[in-house]
Amino acid sequence: MSIEKRHQWSLVLLVSPLATWLVVFLCLPILLVFIYSFFQRGPYGNIIFEFSLLNYARLFDPLYLTIFLRSMTLSLFTTACCFCIGFPMAFAMATAKPAWRPWLFIALMIPFLTNFIVRVYAIRVLLSAEGPLNALLLSIGVLATPLSWNDSLVSVIIGMITNYLPFMVLPLYVTLEKFDYSLLEAAADLGASWLQMFRKIILPLSLPGILSGCFLVALPVLGEFIIPDLLGGAKTMLIGNLISDQFLKARDWPFGSALSMLLIILVLLGVFAQALLKRRRVQ
Amino acid sequence: MIPAHRLEQPRPIPPILIRVVMWAAFSLLFLPLLTVFVLSFVEPLRDGTANFQWSLIWYQKLVQNEKIGQSLLRSLLIAASVAFCSGALGACGAIAFDRGKFLGLGFLKVLAIFPVILPELVLGISSLLWFVVLRLSLGMHSIVMAHITFTVSYVLVIVLARLQDIDKSLEEAAADLGAGYWQTLYLVIWPNIRTSVYAGMIVAFVLSFDDFMISFFTTGVDSDTLPLMLYSMIRFGLNKEIYALSSILVTMTVVVAISTRKVFARLTGHV
Repeated sequence: MSIEKRHQWSLVLLVSPLATWLVVFLCLPILLVFIYSFFQRGPYGNIIFEFSLLNYARLFDPLYLTIFLRSMTLSLFTTACCFCIGFPMAFAMATAKPAWRPWLFIALMIPFLTNFIVRVYAIRVLLSAEGPLNALLLSIGVLATPLSWNDSLVSVIIGMITNYLPFMVLPLYVTLEKFDYSLLEAAADLGASWLQMFRKIILPLSLPGILSGCFLVALPVLGEFIIPDLLGGAKTMLIGNLISDQFLKARDWPFGSALSMLLIILVLLGVFAQALLKRRRVQ
Repeated sequence: MIPAHRLEQPRPIPPILIRVVMWAAFSLLFLPLLTVFVLSFVEPLRDGTANFQWSLIWYQKLVQNEKIGQSLLRSLLIAASVAFCSGALGACGAIAFDRGKFLGLGFLKVLAIFPVILPELVLGISSLLWFVVLRLSLGMHSIVMAHITFTVSYVLVIVLARLQDIDKSLEEAAADLGAGYWQTLYLVIWPNIRTSVYAGMIVAFVLSFDDFMISFFTTGVDSDTLPLMLYSMIRFGLNKEIYALSSILVTMTVVVAISTRKVFARLTGHV
C-alpha cells in the first residue's frame, strides 16, 4: 500500500477545517440567497415565507430588462476598449528592452494594487470642473467655461476602462512575455507585414491570455456598482446598483436575491463560454 | 550566473504606434493618481482668486482626524487576522487537495475556487444575509469571516502550485526512515512550502486591506475599515483630507509593489 493511501484519514482531518469553513461561509450563504429568491417582501420590509416565482417574473419587467441590457452592453464595450488599448500596451511592454521590462511590470502593478476607492476617486478629481483636464482645455482655448465631465455615462466609461485596464494587460503581458519571438522573425523574413503577423501568428498563439484578460474585465464590470455610484452620480443604473439598492434602500431582500441569482448565472455562463472556447482551441 | 535576459534573443521592435499606445495607456493609469498627489500639497488662498500656496495642511488635518487613525488600525488588525487564518486554512487544505484521493474532494476543489469567479457583490450580500439569519452581530469579526472566505482561494492556488513541484520521493524517503505522517508533514513538507504560504498570506493581507465591496455589506456600527471611511468621506462632502489620505495610500502601494516585486513576478510567471 502506498503512503498516500495509508494516510487518507490524516488528509481528511487536515482538510476538514477548510471544508467546514467553505460549507458554512460560502455554500450555505449562496443556498440561502437561492431560497430567499422565492420569497416575497412584506409591506414593512419584512419577509413573507411563501414559495412563489414572482421575483423571477419581475425580472422580465422592461424597466429591469433595460438595466440588464445596459450592464451587458457596458461590460462588452469596456472589455473591447480594454483589449484595443491593452493588447498593444502588453505587446510594447513584452518587446521592450530586457532591462526595462521589470520596471514596466512594476508600473503596471502600482495601479493594479492601489486601493480601488482611491483609483475611482482620483478619476473623479481628474475629470472635475476644477480639475487639471479642464484647466488644460481652458488654457489652450478648446473650452470657454469649465465643464464637469463627472456624473455622466462618459465618466462611467472612462472610469471602467481606467480601472479594469490592468486586469486585461496582466494576463496578456504574461502570455506575450513567454512568446516565441523567433516565429515573428521567420515571418518577417518571409515578407509578412505586422498586420499579417498579428492576425496569423500573435493573435492565435496568445488566445488563452486574451480569453483570461477579457474574462477578468467583463465579469467584474458586470457586477460593478461603485464606479456608477461615484462617477455616474447614480444616474447610470447597472445590475450591481439595482442589487445593492434592493438590500440597502428598498429593503426588498427576496427580489435582491433573485437579481443576485441572475448575476451568478450570467457569470457562470461567462466561465462556461470561456472554458468551451479554450477547449475548442486545444482540439 | 548570467542574467536570463543576456541569453535572450533580441525581440522585434514593434511599429512606433504600439509604443505610443503603451505610453498613452500608462499616462491614463497614472494621471489621476498623480493629480491627487499634487493636489494634496495645494492650499487654496481664500481671496476669491485661483491663487494657492504649497502646504502640508491636509496632512496635518489628516493626522488630527482620530476616526481615520482608528479605521486604519481596524483595517490592519482585520487584514492580519485574515492573513493568519487564510494561511492556516489554505496551507492545510492545499496539502490535502494535492495528496488526497477521497470522496467529495472534487466538490471541495470547485467550491474553493468559486469565490474567485463569484462577483464580490454577491459574496458580500450572501454573507450579510447569512449573518442576519444566524442573528450574528455585525462588526469586525463579520468582516474577518467574510474576507477569509474569499482570500483562502488565493492562498490555496499559490500553495498548490508549490506543492506540485515537490519531489514525492522525499515523503517516501521520510516514511522509509520511520517518520510518521505528521512528522513528515512538519519536517519535510512544511519547510518546502513555507515560503509559498507566506506569499499567500501577503496576498491575503493585501486583498483584505484593500477590499471595499465585501466590507461594505458586512460592516456593523463603528467598525468601518479604511476603504469604507474613505468612501463615506467622498460621499458626504468633498473633504480635502481625502487627497492626503489617497496620496499616502498610493505611496504605500508604490513601496509594496517595489519591495514585493519578486513575489508577484513569480506568481504571474514573469522572469
